[in-house]
Amino acid sequence: MTPTPARAAYEPAAPGRGGTAARRSARRRATLEWIAVHSLAIAAALFFLLPFVFVFLTAVMNDDQALTRDLWPRTWEWGNFVTVWNTPGFLTWWRNTLLYAGLGTVLAVASSIPVAYALAKFRFRGRNLAMMLVIAMMMLPPQVVVVPMYLFWAKQLDLAGTLWPLIIPFAFGNAFTIFLLRQFLLTIPKEYTEAARIDGCGEFRTMVRIVLPMARPAIAAVALFHFFYCWNDYFGPQIYASENPAAWTLSYGLESFKGAHQTDWNLTMAATVMIMAPVIVVFFFAQKAFIEGVTLTGVKG
Amino acid sequence: MAATTFRPPVSRALRAKRRRSALRTLGFLSPWLIGFAVFFAYPLVSTVYFSFMEYDGFAPPVWVGLKNWSYVFNDYVFFWPALRNTLWLVAVMVSLRVLFGIGIGLLITKIKTGAGVFRTLFYLPYLAPPVAATMSFVFLLNPGTGPANTILESVGLPAPGWFTDPAWSKPSLTILALWGIGDLMVIFMAALLDVPKEQYEAAELDGARAWQRFRYVTFPNISPIVLFAVVTGVIATMQYYTEPLVAAKVASGVIGGSGQQFEPGYPDRTTLTVPQTIYNLGFQRFDTGAACVVALVLFALAMAFTAILMRRRSGFMSAED
Repeated sequence: MTPTPARAAYEPAAPGRGGTAARRSARRRATLEWIAVHSLAIAAALFFLLPFVFVFLTAVMNDDQALTRDLWPRTWEWGNFVTVWNTPGFLTWWRNTLLYAGLGTVLAVASSIPVAYALAKFRFRGRNLAMMLVIAMMMLPPQVVVVPMYLFWAKQLDLAGTLWPLIIPFAFGNAFTIFLLRQFLLTIPKEYTEAARIDGCGEFRTMVRIVLPMARPAIAAVALFHFFYCWNDYFGPQIYASENPAAWTLSYGLESFKGAHQTDWNLTMAATVMIMAPVIVVFFFAQKAFIEGVTLTGVKG
Repeated sequence: MAATTFRPPVSRALRAKRRRSALRTLGFLSPWLIGFAVFFAYPLVSTVYFSFMEYDGFAPPVWVGLKNWSYVFNDYVFFWPALRNTLWLVAVMVSLRVLFGIGIGLLITKIKTGAGVFRTLFYLPYLAPPVAATMSFVFLLNPGTGPANTILESVGLPAPGWFTDPAWSKPSLTILALWGIGDLMVIFMAALLDVPKEQYEAAELDGARAWQRFRYVTFPNISPIVLFAVVTGVIATMQYYTEPLVAAKVASGVIGGSGQQFEPGYPDRTTLTVPQTIYNLGFQRFDTGAACVVALVLFALAMAFTAILMRRRSGFMSAED
């Protein structure tokens, strides 16, 4: 993350030797504030960081030590990660998670782009109503409609126990993705689309050639959000995939992993580390898109 | 979009053009129109239908009038505890998250040295998958050998039962939710950096102290974002499901599979939320009708909050541009 210069209310007095008493006291106040802010920041950092540290340290303990109150591993059992990796089903969970998150993200972004484009750039009757319905869909807890949806997928299409009931709906637009993209597209000046239109460019071509290249950061952000939504989803796989272990995802499988290793906190924590790691690695490569996406969520485009 | 009052005579060419543009709009919207009908409108109507039916998923549904409604409100032992817990979490967890988010946002804008590192550290927990984060916290906060209590005891502080103690289970979930504050930190940080610097300078010239500067300059400037954080926090808490369920299962030692023989809301129904009762009724007891009743209650709650959100034209999430 590139450090943003803190636009704080007051800057510390410029460093310099000597000076008046007033300036010295201002400098002392700035130093005290620096110390106070950074001690608070370190305390906060411990709160955010220590859970990761203890989870990791337990993940590399041996079976016996993991049952004690020890905080530091006596021996470093890197083999725990291998044990987890070789657990039956673990690779299947990975494959399923990548399929769900990968295919789901591609479909959701591809199907949401034209909808967001129309809502941002076309003027038509019912546009505000459509936008309000998008927001309503975004606010709807998935559990509200899960019972009829389950019956629909299980009884009418016989797809329970597969990942398809989770993936297919994303081919029909995702309200959150539509909303964020539309907010971003509103910020693109309409001179661009008008110029394209005057040049005889069709609406679809204007979208693909002119607008989408400008919206690349927003598209990257919503794609990331969507990918992690699927990666983290527990409720969906629990509803549709729980009856068939071949369709379990990492989030759902992790819980059953703990069930199979009832007392082995070290192996459970090793599995936990292995599920968190990809998310963190991706974050380090895509920090900018992430932060932009979160900012976009809170601030009107 | 005001209706046009003046309608000039419409030529055939113009009519054709209008039709083309309407078709074009429909074309662009079609994925969502189908999605809306199949995944929103249809299931909502079915939910209302099933709420008056007795249906176990196999035998044909039978009309039973208000029986499911009466069962949920009077006889289903998990409904009121779940509703109380959800409202508790909405009140306490959301306000603490917003306060903590503002605090961390303020802190991060004041950091002069290593701001990037601190920001990354504060943000990371937000990314941890909920199942993994919850299992980690049940381990960290387990009363027997958990690192948290080991440390608390070594410095002479009381060591609570955390996820296994009815008095501590919701506070434990709240701590977990505060750990994942990264999203709010980023939006508050962005909002705080947008507060015009001149306003602080003017306030300082008028002799405003730190609290007054926050009260009269910072807060009015970030209040739309505060409202946004409150409303989205409420909506997220309405669907709060994974964390309390996994915490209850892991802390009670009943886990794996589809959770048979699992007493929901361990310990003592204190972690049961409304969405969990929908799962319990619909997918464990196969009582579709009662599950749909709870779903409609949840829908009403969520839409009430959405309506509040939509009524505010304070610059975010408005349907207009």
